[in-house]
Amino acid sequence: MELALLMRAANSGDGAAYEGFLKALLPVLRGFARRAVARVGANIDAEDIVQETLIAIHLKRQTWIDTQPIEPWIRAIVRHKAIDALRRRGHRVHLPVEDFENLLATEPLTPDDAHRDIERHLPHLPERQRDVIRSIAIEGRSIGDTARQFAMTEGAVRVALHRGVASLAAILRGET
Amino acid sequence: MNADELIRALAADTPPQASSLNRSIAQAMMIGVVCALALFFATIGPRPGLASAIHDPRVILKFLTTLSLVIAAGGLLLRTIRPGAGRGWWAIALLLPALLIALGAIVELNAFPREMWGARLVGRFAPFCLVCVPLLSAPILAALLFVLRQGAPIRPGLAGAVAGLLAGGAGAFIYAAHCPDDSPLFLMTWYSLSIALVTLVGSLIGRRILRW
Repeated sequence: MELALLMRAANSGDGAAYEGFLKALLPVLRGFARRAVARVGANIDAEDIVQETLIAIHLKRQTWIDTQPIEPWIRAIVRHKAIDALRRRGHRVHLPVEDFENLLATEPLTPDDAHRDIERHLPHLPERQRDVIRSIAIEGRSIGDTARQFAMTEGAVRVALHRGVASLAAILRGET
Repeated sequence: MNADELIRALAADTPPQASSLNRSIAQAMMIGVVCALALFFATIGPRPGLASAIHDPRVILKFLTTLSLVIAAGGLLLRTIRPGAGRGWWAIALLLPALLIALGAIVELNAFPREMWGARLVGRFAPFCLVCVPLLSAPILAALLFVLRQGAPIRPGLAGAVAGLLAGGAGAFIYAAHCPDDSPLFLMTWYSLSIALVTLVGSLIGRRILRW
C-alpha cells in the first residue's frame, strides 16, 4: 500500500495516480466508517461518512506535506470527519484513537451497501455544476467530452467541477 | 452517485497545483503587516527619538518579547492547520515571551522602590495601548483568517486563537515603536491584555469560519 507514492505522483499532476490513491483509500475508509457507526450504535449510513471524508481529503490535500508520512494525516482527517458527521446527526461521540491505529491495515471490505446515493444532493447544486458533475462522475465522460457536450470551454468545465465539489462538501456539512 | 463515481469526479478535479499553503500564509502575513504599517505611519507613527530609545534594554525587551511571540505562534499555526501534524516544540516555545516578560518584570521590581510600582505598571497610555494594538493587529488577523480557510484545522477555534496570537504579537511589535511606556510591568499588563483580546477575537471568528 504505497499511498504516499501515489499521492506524491498525484501532486505532480498525475491524474491516474490520484485516482489510484482514492481507490486504494476507499476500502480503508469504509472499514473505519462502519466501525465508527457501529461503536456509537447509530442508525446512519456509513457510506455517507465515507463520501464526506473522500471529499474532505480531496479538498484539503494541500495540507499534507509530501516529505511527511501520509498515514497520520489520513487518520486525523477520517477521525475528524467521522466525529463531525456523527455529531451533526445528534450523537454524542467518543472515538478512541486506538480505533485508528490500524486504520491503514484494515482488510478491504466488500462494498455491500456501497451504492448509497449522494445523487439526491445534486438537485441542490446550481445547474451548471450539476450537469458537469453528472457528466463526469456518472456518465464517465472526460473533461474534454463534457466541454463539447455542453458547448463550454475546458477551463469552464474545470471551474464548474471544482465549484460543484466544494458545494457538495458544503451541502454534506449541512451548511446550505 | 456512489463512491466510485464520486472518485471519478474528484480525480478529474485536479487543477494545476495550487500554491503551497505555507507560501499563502506567508503572503497573507506580509499583506497584513504592510497594511498595519501603513495604518501605523498614517496615524500614530514612531515615537520621537526612537533611534536613541532603542538602546534602552526595556525598549529592546518590548521588541524581543513580541517578536518571539510572533515566531512561536507562527510555527504553531502552521502545525494546527495540518491534520495529524504534532505540535512539536512550538507550543512550548510560546513560553519564551512569557519568560522574557517575567524576567523583565523581576528586574524592574528590583530597580524601583515599591511606591513606584503602581505608576510604572499603569504607565501613561494604557487605554491607548488597549485600542491601538488590536487595531494594528486587525488587518493581519483578517488576512490570516482569510487564507487559513484553505487549511484543515481539527480544532478551528484553536487555530483562530493561534492566528490571533500571531496577529496580536505583530500588532504589538509595531505599536512598540510608538509606545512611550517602557516599563516591563506595563508590557506585562497592557500588552498581554491587548494581545489576549486579539486572540479571543481570532478564536471566536475561527470557530465559525475555519470549520471544514
